[in-house]
Amino acid sequence: MPVGGADRVEWDILLRILPTVVVDGFVLGFVYAMIALGYTMVYGVLQMINFAHSEIFVMGAFVGAETLLILQASGLLTVLHPLALLAVVLVLAMAGSGLLAVAVERVAYRPLRGAPRLIPLISAIGVSFFLQDAIRLFESLWRNAFFLTYPTIDLFDRRIPLVGEVEISVKSLLIIVASLLMLVVLTLFVNRTKLGMAIRAVAEDQPTAGLMGVNVGRIISLTFLIGGAMGGAAGALFGVQFGTINPYSGFIPGLKAFTAAVLGGIGNVPGAMVGGLVLGMLEAFAASYMSLLTGGAFGAEYKDIFAFSVLIVILMFRPQGLLGEVVREKL
Amino acid sequence: MRNSNVRALALALYIAGTTALVASVPRSLPAFLLFLASVFLLYHLALPAWFRAAGLAVVLGVLMPYVGIRNAFYLEVATQVGIFVALALGLNIVVGLAGLLDLGYVAFYAVGAYSWAIIGSPQALKIWPEATHLLPLGGWWFFVFLAVAVVLAAITGVLLGLPVLRVRGDYLAIVTLGFGEVVRVLANNLDKPINITNGPIGITPIGRPPLFFAPVVEGLGLPATPVVLYPLYFYFMVLVVVALVIVVTQRLKDSHIGRAWEAIREDEAAAVAMGVPLVRTKLLAFAAGASFAGAMGVIFAGKQLFINPESFTFMESIGVLAMVILGGMGSIPGAILGASVVTILNLQVLKQLSLTLNAWRQAGVEILGFNLAHLPTQLEPAKYERMAFGVILVLMMIFRREGILPSARRRLELEEARQLAREEALVGGGQ
Amino acid sequence: MTRLRGVLVALVLLVTAALLVPAQAPVRAQATKGKIKIATQSPLSGGQAVLGEGIKNGAQLAIEQLGGPIKRLGFDLELVPFDDQAKPDVGVANAKNLVTDPDILLVIGHLNSGVAIPSSEVYKDSMLAMISPANTNPKITDRKYKNVFRVVGRDDVQGVVGAEFAAKEMKVKTVYIIHDKTAYGQGVAEFFRDHAPKVGMRVVGFEGTEEQANFDPIITPILARRPDLVYFGGIYNQAGVFFKQARAKGLKARFLGPDGMDSSDLAKVAGQAIVGMHYTTVAGPVSVYPRAAKFAQDYKAKFGKDPEPFAAQAYDATAIGLKAIENAIKAAGGKKPTREQVTNEIHKIKGFRGLTDTFTFDAKGDPVPATYFVINIVSGDPAKWGQNKLVKTLRINPPGAGM
Repeated sequence: MPVGGADRVEWDILLRILPTVVVDGFVLGFVYAMIALGYTMVYGVLQMINFAHSEIFVMGAFVGAETLLILQASGLLTVLHPLALLAVVLVLAMAGSGLLAVAVERVAYRPLRGAPRLIPLISAIGVSFFLQDAIRLFESLWRNAFFLTYPTIDLFDRRIPLVGEVEISVKSLLIIVASLLMLVVLTLFVNRTKLGMAIRAVAEDQPTAGLMGVNVGRIISLTFLIGGAMGGAAGALFGVQFGTINPYSGFIPGLKAFTAAVLGGIGNVPGAMVGGLVLGMLEAFAASYMSLLTGGAFGAEYKDIFAFSVLIVILMFRPQGLLGEVVREKL
Repeated sequence: MRNSNVRALALALYIAGTTALVASVPRSLPAFLLFLASVFLLYHLALPAWFRAAGLAVVLGVLMPYVGIRNAFYLEVATQVGIFVALALGLNIVVGLAGLLDLGYVAFYAVGAYSWAIIGSPQALKIWPEATHLLPLGGWWFFVFLAVAVVLAAITGVLLGLPVLRVRGDYLAIVTLGFGEVVRVLANNLDKPINITNGPIGITPIGRPPLFFAPVVEGLGLPATPVVLYPLYFYFMVLVVVALVIVVTQRLKDSHIGRAWEAIREDEAAAVAMGVPLVRTKLLAFAAGASFAGAMGVIFAGKQLFINPESFTFMESIGVLAMVILGGMGSIPGAILGASVVTILNLQVLKQLSLTLNAWRQAGVEILGFNLAHLPTQLEPAKYERMAFGVILVLMMIFRREGILPSARRRLELEEARQLAREEALVGGGQ
Repeated sequence: MTRLRGVLVALVLLVTAALLVPAQAPVRAQATKGKIKIATQSPLSGGQAVLGEGIKNGAQLAIEQLGGPIKRLGFDLELVPFDDQAKPDVGVANAKNLVTDPDILLVIGHLNSGVAIPSSEVYKDSMLAMISPANTNPKITDRKYKNVFRVVGRDDVQGVVGAEFAAKEMKVKTVYIIHDKTAYGQGVAEFFRDHAPKVGMRVVGFEGTEEQANFDPIITPILARRPDLVYFGGIYNQAGVFFKQARAKGLKARFLGPDGMDSSDLAKVAGQAIVGMHYTTVAGPVSVYPRAAKFAQDYKAKFGKDPEPFAAQAYDATAIGLKAIENAIKAAGGKKPTREQVTNEIHKIKGFRGLTDTFTFDAKGDPVPATYFVINIVSGDPAKWGQNKLVKTLRINPPGAGM
């Protein structure tokens, strides 16, 4: 049923919103990219899908929220400079999530080293169930509520005009800057440092790396620490950007980010970024344009179908993802 | 020979005893679990073949319905176990035998369920309003749709399989995951422009097969109300379908197709070199796995009278996968046991646990000097069932990764892998 | 490894022990005529646990405070909370479980219409009464099951109330409708949409979304359409994020929503964005009910927070059920009544003075009349949620009542 005179395609509206949609897509894409980096990092080294990464991400969001709420309660929120606040929040969230990721690896994945690929996957799913409810348990004992809302920080909500009517908020800019920064630092770290070389060695061939004197266990822990820390930073920025979180809010972004990582070629760091951006852009376009283009017959609810369909098509023609290398694996 | 006869006698006594126990305390979960254990024992112990067959027939065909009349919930549990056994066996073909990781398996279940739900309910009239003389289809069509759904789901399986043939491993996982989501979101959204699935509101009432045998039951002097008969009816239907599925899976596994599946699971390149037709073999795995889910979807829709997209989420796929892996990948008895354990755990054991703790709380029972009544409401046990399931999954993987009942080959492989890992750890200089 | 295995074995033994001791363990050796249980079914885990817990807590408080008469008649009274996880499958499985417990004579629940509809099919088979504190979907009672009741209004009325208010009092000409793709949210949004043209409003968009966090791509086309009003058919936790992001993006339209908006959490999430918006509801804030003041206090004392929406309704639903059980015991000559007797007694209840209304049910189980409110949000501060202005109170009979 055409709704309210939308029985023809309104090209004027379509064109008018185009720049805004592009900006929306970029911001969403960078959020996915940040989470995807964590998946890809672990995958690149262990060839394992860290299904619990979405909970590690949520952990960061909760640490961030708690930090801000506690600062708010003590009246420091308005005293400190917003950027200093952000720095504190990010550092704590990264520490919290990074340590959690290391702990998860120790308890649930390390005993499974050498097992077929599906075994750690199931273990990770179990961890994911456990963590969701553990966070809820903690928050309901601590605050008697587990939906947390980030305090509003005026500077972050300010909007900067780009061109014409198009604006971008400060927090969106922060996300873009942060994820680009992460990408650069991570690439440099992996490619230019000694530890990075060790990580690459372990990724390439664990036993040989061990023989060459690399402490495999410690390198794997380090990988989880870095991947987790990035997930934590993404979680805190996600909270600042979208305002509210609960123990289950990691699931959907986690799934999307995972998709993004695969789309870009899992295990490939720039690939995660590209995959995230492609997915974010697809979603933004589908959500904004679907209804306009079909006269209301199909709407924003089809954005996931659209995104997944494109994923399937891309993988049909590039089975290794956009930037991935050809791999041969077995279950 | 003598030994096994003694065992058979003991087991017969055990079955009789537990049945009596359940009959006398119909609401006791441990009694029911002990009773269910007899099915496992019948499979597990070395028994004369005739006794095993007869025992299974008696326990599942006679005693279970009897127990189910004493406590209708047990019949529901048994039926759900059956449904998930079929799903697990289907997924076991795809994941366990052919080694194709499928994270969107419930999509096929949804296809089956929706095919009957739409045609067998007044929903059909929303699509073809002029067909009032034809639709919704009567109860007898239910059985036709069992077959239709098998075909439909198999076609869907091939449709998914075709584009996916080139992707492997985790890429395959994510594509199937995406496919599962696409099917769910479609079900959730196809209420416009044409109302096909009724969207999130779901479809009800869904037609059920006719109780053609009701006069016979009445003739026997038994109560023949639909409330009593339908659960029994669906139980037996599921039982028959599961038996069929087991036979088919066993046959497939032992056929050249089954060996081809295992070959491509072990080494695709080598399999192709040995002349295994890759495309056909993979597609067959998808189609066979999907068809079981399709049939069960129809039964599920008929049994529930109501379906909506909530029943076909990603978590559902993960649940079935967990069953296959807990039971032991590639192993038929493993998949059956895995499905039973997970379903009973979720439906009964964890529930019962939280209800018991809750009753203790209300009664103010003390444990180690701590009065449970003072337990804060945030610690309500009912809220942590999923958490407990998560812990169980992790523990299971750490301590018995080959699954509860692994196939012999799988067990050997894992043993080898473990040995290798141990050697590597030694070489690697420890951690 | 072996030590861990030992721990595992100990754990298994502990669990088994907990299972083996039957649930009816309480040691109080009291000569009672038996046990009567009241079950609640609502989501206790997952994203909607806040509201589900409110329902459970409301019922629990009612049993503790109003269970006296039944206990004096010689029965033990117990609450059995079930977690339906907001999933139809789980709700149905729980329903099949609880109907086999002959002590359960009443179900209070559910939160989600999508769960209540299939679950009540199961209750119907044994005539187990279900009183819903929260389900507004018309289908709940339109199936005319004798054992299904609710203490709140219906979405087909609520949607119309909202549309009438928007057109006549807010003087709105164009409206953009968003819903959350659930049986509830989409249902009420569709009733709003269908009535809008009848009162002269133009619907310039109708969009569903399951999105929880990022509404930017949905807001962009709304901005371009410049509607006078945005109607959100859904629940506060999702709507709050939407409203906040919409205002931040420069949307000037006014906001309106159904009873799903009713929570101070809306203010917590959306802050200043929702000041001045309206919502219709079937369950007014506790402050509009003069009789509920003590309830609010007791609730806070016991559970450490203000009552969630529907907690007072769950209290009322339980109170009605308790009264009916009491009457049924008396009618049965002091013996434990059957479920059918309890269901019959609920139908007989006339003019029951609860916290939130005075209840009489029609043949379908709808309250006659039901009360609908229009409320104006005055502050973005969650602590001031209670000061929201009651703009309009309507008492409307359910469609087809008295037939």
